[in-house]
Amino acid sequence: MKDLSLHLMDIVQNSITAGADHISLNLSIDQNPHWLICEIIDNGCGMEAEFLEKVTDPFKTTRTTRDVGLGLPLLKLSAEMTGGKLALESEPGKGTTVRATFSIGHIDRIPLGDIPGTITMLIATHPHILWTVNFTSDRESFILDTDTIKKELDDVPITHKDVLEWIQNTISEGIRAVFGGVLDEVN
Amino acid sequence: MKSIEELKAIKERALKEISIRENENKVRIVVGMATCGIAAGAKGVMSAFIEELNKRNIQDVTVSMTGCIGICRHEPIAEVYEANGEKTTYIKLDAEKARRIVAEHIVNQQPVIEFTIGAAEK
Repeated sequence: MKDLSLHLMDIVQNSITAGADHISLNLSIDQNPHWLICEIIDNGCGMEAEFLEKVTDPFKTTRTTRDVGLGLPLLKLSAEMTGGKLALESEPGKGTTVRATFSIGHIDRIPLGDIPGTITMLIATHPHILWTVNFTSDRESFILDTDTIKKELDDVPITHKDVLEWIQNTISEGIRAVFGGVLDEVN
Repeated sequence: MKSIEELKAIKERALKEISIRENENKVRIVVGMATCGIAAGAKGVMSAFIEELNKRNIQDVTVSMTGCIGICRHEPIAEVYEANGEKTTYIKLDAEKARRIVAEHIVNQQPVIEFTIGAAEK
């Protein structure tokens, strides 16, 4: 995967398949030392401990079309390439947390990529899910959740193109405000 | 930060035109968005579909995503479902091909035969 937004798009499909109706996407900076932390937290069906242990094995998947699942293994690789790691917590019936950490200054760290476009696309195609987006750094914090937006909209669907454009612009501004000057690719 | 006021203005505008949006027999474009699709560039394809539909103000077509359908070597893949249930499978797409599909298949109802899986597997 060329950037973090593609991983996000990919891993979130697991949450959707797990039947989640609340998904949180968190990007934060831990300054000491410099880590970028990407979390995907869902309230889907979760995984049994036995499956969880093997889930970063490419030959472990719930997919029925074939026996290979590369989503989590690829994310693990991207994190470990920078000296970071992939951590998973899951409980059957409660949900799953995927947390990938990346060393910010490492030459192999993949850039954020098109996070606003990715999140907007996810909201557009899964409008019934409650999406919570959090960005945090020392500079600023940003939060967006689709319930608040839906309340403002009344009868207008969140999938209306002007609304989606607003969401995408809002997230772009959030990224700039929180990560501008902190991550090289954001300015 | 973008203001909530802006959102309210969007709502007011949208409410005025909303009646024409409701359309039962929608055409659907479904893009494969599993690991294989994403790695092959499905996100750019999906963006192109959405942008082109918006640009042409086409509102009775929905764009959605699906998982892996088991032919990863052909990704990025998109399927167009007509209102009558007929399906066209397009393979090895990019943004430019997606725009052509909107222009020729969605607007002019002429499937782009050269991008279909049928043409590729001949």
